Amino acid sequence: MMRWVRLGLPLLIFTLLVIVLARGLEFDPRHLPSARQGKPAPRFEVPTLGSDQVFSTESMLGKVWVINVFASWCTACVIEHPKLLKLSKRSDFNLIGLAYKDEPAATAQWLRQHGDPYQQIALDLNGQIGIDYGVYGVPETYVINPQGVITYRHVGPINDAFFDQHVAPLLAANP
Amino acid sequence: MSTERTPTDAPTPEKATAPVNDLAHTGEPADSAEIARVRTLTEQLRCLVCQNQTIADSNAGLAIDLREQVVKQVRSGRTDTEIKQYMVERYGDFVLYDPPFSTINSVLWIGPFVLLAIGLLLVWRSVIRRHRSVDAPSQPSAEQRAQLQVLEARYQASTPSASTPPASTSKDSAQRRTR
Repeated sequence: MMRWVRLGLPLLIFTLLVIVLARGLEFDPRHLPSARQGKPAPRFEVPTLGSDQVFSTESMLGKVWVINVFASWCTACVIEHPKLLKLSKRSDFNLIGLAYKDEPAATAQWLRQHGDPYQQIALDLNGQIGIDYGVYGVPETYVINPQGVITYRHVGPINDAFFDQHVAPLLAANP
Repeated sequence: MSTERTPTDAPTPEKATAPVNDLAHTGEPADSAEIARVRTLTEQLRCLVCQNQTIADSNAGLAIDLREQVVKQVRSGRTDTEIKQYMVERYGDFVLYDPPFSTINSVLWIGPFVLLAIGLLLVWRSVIRRHRSVDAPSQPSAEQRAQLQVLEARYQASTPSASTPPASTSKDSAQRRTR
C-alpha cells in the first residue's frame, strides 16, 4: 500500500504538471484579458470620416453596437474585412468603425479599395480613444450593449463565430 | 502552438501619421525632478505590444503614446498612484511590472512559499526517521523476535537433554561464547 503511494504520487504529480503545462502552451500570451470588459464603454465625441457629422457614444445608448478599430496601415485588417462586409448586411445592430491613428485621406482610399462596411467612421487621429478603450493592437472589436457596457472585446481579426457568440445573444436579450 | 493565432498590427512610429499630442515636445524646459518622475513611472509600466520591454525602453507606437500620456499627466500634477491607476483601468494589472496581490494571482504569490514549506516538511521527516534508525541500530523488530522465539523453542524441543548451551542465532550469545 505504502509502496503504491510512493510510486503513484510522483506519477500523479507529474501527470498533472504535464496537463497544466500542455494547456499553457495553447495560450497566446498576446491575448490579454480586457480590463474594460464588463465596464461602461468610455464616452467620446469625434468628427466622422467624409461628413460633417459628429459621432457620439451617447447616440448609441439603447442600441446594440459594435465598434471595430481599424486603420489603413493595418495588414491584419485586410484579412478581417470580408467578414465585416458580410456583417454589414444585417440591420439589427450598428457597426461603427474607429479609424485609429490614421490619415483620413488614407482611410478613405483604403475603404474605396476594400469596401465600406461601417455605418459611421469615427476618427481617432491621435489615438486617445484607443488608449481609453485599452487598444494595444489593431484590429480590435468591442461589443457594447444598450446600457453602454462593453460585453466583449476581441483582439485580432474577428472569426466566423464572432457574431453568433457575442452579438446575437445581446440582440436576443434586447429585442 | 495554435495555428489560428492571428496577427495584429501595432502602430509603428513612421506609420502613425496623425498629429501627436505635442505637449511632450513643447519647448518648455522640464525640470529634472519631473524627468526623474517620468523615468521611474515609465520603467514600471509594461509595453503591451512588445511584452518584455517597459514603455521607457520601447519605441513601439503605443509605448510612445503612453510615454506622452505619462509626461502629460505628470505635468498636470497627477500623483504616481493616479497615473498607474489610469493605466490599469485601461490595460489591466498586466501593464504593471509589479502586479498587486489579488485572488487571481494569489497562487503565483503564495505558491512558492507553499512548495518551500512542503519541501522543508519532507526534509524534516526524513531527518527524523534517519535519526531514529541511528539511535537503535540493532533492535530486532517484533516479527524478528517472534521468529527467534519459534526457533529457540524448536531447538529446545529437539534436544531436551542438551547440557551445552544452544548455538543461538542471537548475536549476543555467539559473542559471549567466543570470548
